[in-house]
Amino acid sequence: MKTTPLHETHRSAGARLVDFAGWDMPLHYGSQLEEHHAVRRDAGMFDTSHMLAIDIEGTGARAFLRYALANNVDRLTTPGKAQYSCLLTEDGGVLDDLIVYFFAEDFFRVIVNAGTADGDFAWLGGLRARIAPALSLRPRRDLAMIAVQGPNAREKTWAALPDLRAASEPLGVFFGVRVGAGSAERFIARTGYTGEDGFEVLVPNARAVDAWKRLAQAGVRPCGLGARDTLRLEAGMNLYGHEMDATVTPLECGLAWTVDLKSQRDFVGKQALLARPPLRQLVGLVLPPRGGVLRAGQVVHTAQGAGVITSGTFSPTLGQSVALARVPLGVAPGDSVQVAVRDKHLEASVVKPPFARHGKSMLPAMEIH
Amino acid sequence: MSSVPDNLRYASSHEWMRAESDGSFTVGISDFAQEQLGDLVFLEVPEVGRKVEAGEAVAVVESVKAASDVYAPVAGEVVAANDGLADALVQVNKDPYNAWLFRIRPANAADVQKLMDAAAYTKSIG
Repeated sequence: MKTTPLHETHRSAGARLVDFAGWDMPLHYGSQLEEHHAVRRDAGMFDTSHMLAIDIEGTGARAFLRYALANNVDRLTTPGKAQYSCLLTEDGGVLDDLIVYFFAEDFFRVIVNAGTADGDFAWLGGLRARIAPALSLRPRRDLAMIAVQGPNAREKTWAALPDLRAASEPLGVFFGVRVGAGSAERFIARTGYTGEDGFEVLVPNARAVDAWKRLAQAGVRPCGLGARDTLRLEAGMNLYGHEMDATVTPLECGLAWTVDLKSQRDFVGKQALLARPPLRQLVGLVLPPRGGVLRAGQVVHTAQGAGVITSGTFSPTLGQSVALARVPLGVAPGDSVQVAVRDKHLEASVVKPPFARHGKSMLPAMEIH
Repeated sequence: MSSVPDNLRYASSHEWMRAESDGSFTVGISDFAQEQLGDLVFLEVPEVGRKVEAGEAVAVVESVKAASDVYAPVAGEVVAANDGLADALVQVNKDPYNAWLFRIRPANAADVQKLMDAAAYTKSIG
C-alpha cells in the first residue's frame, strides 16, 4: 500500500490505519467524535498528502484550463485566487472535483483527489497532447499536504510555523500563496474541506514530519479521515465516488453553480450538459435525534419516485443523523420522505445543505415528527 | 490489546455474557467489538418479553462508521433492556463490560457453558 511521509508519525501516535484508495491512512487516533469536535470548536489537522498537486506551466496555461475545466478560470484574475471545479468527460460525467489556483498567466496549480489522481493526470496529459503540446504538467509528489482546520486553526498555524505568517495573514478565503521556490517551496492556502476556516499547507516531503510535530505542539489535534468525512458531510460538500462519478453530471449532484453554461466558452462536456437536462438532484436529509443513522446506499421513497442516499452519517455537531441523497426533481426542502433502514421505513425531512458550518447548526427550525 | 475479563462467556459474534444471581444473564459487546466499531452513536435494544433464538439479531449498535447487529448468544427470553444506555453510548466505548445492553433468561442454562471462555475468545480475536 502507498504511504505518505507522515505514515510513521501516525503509526507511532496509535492511529487506526485503513486503506483509502490504495493509501494506508489514519481513520482516527482514538476517537473520531472528539476529533470532529476539535475541528468545529478549536483546531485539528489532517494528513492529505495522498492528494496530488499538479502544476500546469507554460504559455497557454489559462487557455488549456479554460477548455479542460467545467468552471471558468477566466474568473481567476488576482494571483493566488482559487476556484472549485469539476473535470468532466465528453458525456458530461464527473471525472473528478478539484481546486485550481491561479499564480500567473503561465502558471496554475490544481489539487485533485487521491483515488482519481493517476487517471486525472493521464487524462490531462492526453488533452495536452491534443491541444497544448508545449505545456508542462508536473505532478508534485515531492510535496506533502496538511490541512489545518477550525476556528483557531490560523492562529495555531502561525504559532507553529511562524515563518509562514507574513505571507498567509493577508490571505482572503479561497486564496493561496507560494513561499520560497524550487525544492524549498512551500504553499499555504485558505481552503479546506470541513466548513471551518483554516489553511491547507504544502511542504517538501522532508519537512512534513517537522511541520506536523510543530502543529501538534501548538495544540492542533491530529484527525483522521473518519472525522474528515463527517465534517465535510455536515458542511454539505460532495465526496468523489459518493455524490458524483463519471455517470453523474454536475447538474445532478448540487454542483450547477460550478458549471458555466451561459458564456460562449467551450469546454469538455459542455455539449453533453446542454443536451442532457438533469432528471435528479442532490438534497439533504435529516432524521430526528435518536432516530437512527442514515447510510450510503439506503433507498429513499418520495412522492416523486425513488432515490438513494449517497452519503449518510451521524452528525456529531447536531446530535442527529444527516445525509445527502440523489432524488427525483420536484422533491423540495420541507418535504417528508421515507428511508428504508433494515426492516423499517424512517421518516426524514428534506433540507438544503449545508447542515453545519463554523461550529453552528444550519438547519431551519423544524417540526420533528 | 483488547481486554477480555475471565469471569465472562463470549460468543463468536463478540457479545459477552455474565451470570446474574437470579439465573438471568447480562449481555453486552466486547472490548474488541467496540474497538472495531469506533465511537458508538446509536443503539436499539430489544423489547422485554421477546423470545429469541440463539444467533438471532436482537439489538443494533451503530458507530460513526457502520451499523452492526447484536445477536442473542443463546435461546431464551429478554427479561430486561438498558433503555438509558442510548443517551450514554460513550460508556460502551469506555467501559464495555459495564455498559450492558439487555438481559436474557436462557431456555437452557447449559447453553451458556457452550460459549467461549476468556482464553478461547482471546485466541479467536488474536
